[in-house]
Amino acid sequence: MSARETILKRLRERADGPLTAPESDFAVVTGRDWSAEERLARFERLITSVHGEVVHVTRDDWTRALAKLLSDRGVNRLALGREHPVAAEARAALVDTEVELVDVDRDIETWQREQFDRVDAGLTSVGGAIAETGSLWLWPTPDEPRRLSLVPPVHIAVLEADAIEDTFFDVIESRGWAGGMPTNALLISGPSKTADIEQTLAYGVHGPRELIVLVRHAGAAAGDAGGTA
Amino acid sequence: MSVPTPGVQTYTPREFHRQAHDALGNPQIRANFRSAMDGLMAKRRDVFGDWDLEALRELGANIRLRALAKLPDLLEQLETNCQANGIRVHWAEDGEQACRIIRELCEAREAKAVIKGKSMVTEEMHLNAHLEAAGIEALESDLGEYLVQLNEQTPSHIIMPAIHLNTDEIAGIMHDKTGIERTRDVDTMTAAARSQLRERFMSADVGISGVNFAVAETGTLCLVENEGNGRMTTTVPPVHIAVTGIEKVVEQLRDVPPLYALLSRSATGQHVTTYFNMISAPRQSDEHDGPEEVHLVLVDNGRSNIYQDDELLDTLRCIRCGACMNHCPVYTRVGGHTYGTTYPGPIGSILMPHLMGLEETKDLPTASSLCGACGEVCPVKIPIPDLLVRLRQESVGEGRGNVPGAGAKRTRKEAAAWKGFQWLATHPAAWRGGTAVAGKLRALAPSRLGVWTDHRSAPKPAGTTLHALVKRHRAGKDADQDTGNTTGNTKGDNGS
Amino acid sequence: MTPVKLYPPKPEKVYFFGTCLIDLFYPEAGLDGIRLLEREGIEVLFPEDQTCCGQPAYTSGYQHEARAVAAAQLDLFPEPWPIVVPSGSCGGMMRTHYPQLFAGTGEEAQASEVAGRVFELTEFLVHVCHLRLDDRGAPEKVAMHTSCSARREMGLAETGPALLAQLGEVELVEQARPAECCGFGGTFAVRHPEVSAAMVEDKTQAIEAAGAERFVTSDCGCLMNIGGRFAHQQKAVTGEHIASYLWRRSS
Repeated sequence: MSARETILKRLRERADGPLTAPESDFAVVTGRDWSAEERLARFERLITSVHGEVVHVTRDDWTRALAKLLSDRGVNRLALGREHPVAAEARAALVDTEVELVDVDRDIETWQREQFDRVDAGLTSVGGAIAETGSLWLWPTPDEPRRLSLVPPVHIAVLEADAIEDTFFDVIESRGWAGGMPTNALLISGPSKTADIEQTLAYGVHGPRELIVLVRHAGAAAGDAGGTA
Repeated sequence: MSVPTPGVQTYTPREFHRQAHDALGNPQIRANFRSAMDGLMAKRRDVFGDWDLEALRELGANIRLRALAKLPDLLEQLETNCQANGIRVHWAEDGEQACRIIRELCEAREAKAVIKGKSMVTEEMHLNAHLEAAGIEALESDLGEYLVQLNEQTPSHIIMPAIHLNTDEIAGIMHDKTGIERTRDVDTMTAAARSQLRERFMSADVGISGVNFAVAETGTLCLVENEGNGRMTTTVPPVHIAVTGIEKVVEQLRDVPPLYALLSRSATGQHVTTYFNMISAPRQSDEHDGPEEVHLVLVDNGRSNIYQDDELLDTLRCIRCGACMNHCPVYTRVGGHTYGTTYPGPIGSILMPHLMGLEETKDLPTASSLCGACGEVCPVKIPIPDLLVRLRQESVGEGRGNVPGAGAKRTRKEAAAWKGFQWLATHPAAWRGGTAVAGKLRALAPSRLGVWTDHRSAPKPAGTTLHALVKRHRAGKDADQDTGNTTGNTKGDNGS
Repeated sequence: MTPVKLYPPKPEKVYFFGTCLIDLFYPEAGLDGIRLLEREGIEVLFPEDQTCCGQPAYTSGYQHEARAVAAAQLDLFPEPWPIVVPSGSCGGMMRTHYPQLFAGTGEEAQASEVAGRVFELTEFLVHVCHLRLDDRGAPEKVAMHTSCSARREMGLAETGPALLAQLGEVELVEQARPAECCGFGGTFAVRHPEVSAAMVEDKTQAIEAAGAERFVTSDCGCLMNIGGRFAHQQKAVTGEHIASYLWRRSS
């Protein structure tokens, strides 16, 4: 008998007999009923509490805010996608600046060392965010691959202000994740960190040292939630 | 089993008492654990502040119970869905089989170097030693695991492997073992480890990780972490091997958020960890990164035996948060290494006897005052104190015999003593005589009751018994008028 | 955690289960518990054939012996009166573990019925007697150590402090880590004496650091352990069972 058959047989022929599966009540992880303002405020409070940075921008002027942010931080080489509107708009806006744009739609084997050593920041879109925990959720794509949010020391994520939902459970349910998962789905809540040295927090242990979230609001001016665009 | 390296301190559950003695006599260990556990307890308390914690724990327990109730079906469903997604699934009856499967997967890729994300199940099977014996280097990438590996130790906590070390000690390890300039600056040391390990991520042939939840419904492997080393391990090398105990499966994707909420809050007092990594497939033809191969190794290693027994089954609900050790007054005093097992603390004391047998681990179920702190904080409501008592029964041969090594702790002398206790306590007249006699003989009570009196004054029987006092009280004579100072035990003289 | 218990109105009579530690080492605490109940106009029945709840054998794994000892107690409470126990540890054993211990045996129903009538003394004084205390003692700083069984197994973290709070001259001080075990744990103190000693040392230090002149507890195991440690170090801090303390200060 194979290990598989042995294990399954032992489980099926359980000595104390079959078990009854209880029903589950998920009320405690849903039904927050927060308003859009509460969601945004909570998201911002939570993600900044773990060292994430939030910058409020508008859909019209966000690339200017991005350019300023890159120049303030001395980002010379920015890795980003090509097809996603976020990437496309960023490319259009940055084409005439000092910032060198690094293509990511290349097989990683051809530029692994470059990605690790010579990219200053990665720009990604996100699927949305979770208010309760201050988390971004991402489904990496061939256009914006898995490592774009991981390897560069700075991760800049662009979030639509109206794409924040209350809880992780709500996201899974409302978006029907169980109907089809991507190869890799991620929640990201702040920059990489560790407390393994005597409980002292240190950022950027393996992944990005900084996570900057550009929250894009509709309209010409930044939203009322304390925007600094 | 790994062969002890000369000069490296090894720990075994057989030596619990000696190891506890050493740890208790080490002020540095005492201080490191006390401050770490105090901090973790406070953080956990704060982070659940605005939650209906009882409802969440109830749901967590219920999800785990449901998964266990359907375990064989869910494992098959997980396998089917993983394979449909392109993840290859392997089954191992024990640690040795699992090690062999992993080694063969590495050899098939002619792997020379493996990078590892944190995985307690691979610690359980001593995978690193197995791979190294086959000429494959296995390097831990979680910072705590990395430090512990550099220091030629094993983890002392399942979530914070290097919690027994303080900053000075780590500064010494980083300097001695990696050649960086000695510094106490945590950011500098962290940055050094980052650059050292980034090279190793790039050059590794295989990445090996654990799994926090395996979702049967979608064939998804969920990994919880803060550092990003887990994402690196599962994304950068061309092959990813995920290793998990068979009990980690959950039925549906919607089961994940409650368990994740409980895990991050219970483990480290965080609302959420930095990363929640959900892997459902290897790199597809149109993708530009990610591992070409993803394997899932399902490890039994004693779990299907635990599964047979209605009471012991609760052990398998565990989601490995470590809250029981953070809140355990014994673990806090003696630290993780004292237990001499992969999983220390309360969860280790109810799990390791199944994995190693009660001959090896017979001192673990008694290494608890049954204070109940572990059961109180367990996010999936495992009745840990009850399970400790059950294992005590098994260890003296009074359980159901469902644990390997059952009866290993039984001695004729102790069994006879409890029979004597039983006889006395079921013969009331003899009991009254006995307790009264004990009272009369109080002056003869030994001034040293061995170990008790090294640290405390010896309790002496009172000059009378409650039975006698009640009798006199009923006769209308109050005891304190009647017996004078012979009842002084209750008058604040500490029973000495 | 015990589910929220519905408390009965104050009964005419109660049974008193004194516990073996009290019988042997602290009989006055048992008698003071009886006096407190009698002062509330309750007739206290003390079944003479009581011995021990069986817990020492139970927590040592000797469940057959524990069951035999427990079975000998079940018949002592034939009338439907509440059973008051001046110990969270023995009370927890009877309320929580008796039903488990007798599950599947002929005594299962009786054990559950008895368990349902078990109350810890301070619980009974607060929730059933609605005890009012008039403090006649001198000003004093006191720390309460609630036993782990009372706190966790019986869910009674509040009843002891609530009673002490009624004593006007008593200043209740809280030691660091009040919920942490003192290290007694029955046979734990004997099987793992060094670990137990480290725990009780921390506990006495915390009580002393809180400025307490005295500690009270509702469990004699903790009293023996913490008090024995203080005495061994010849400290001025003394310990007392809460029943004696309440009786002494209010009579």
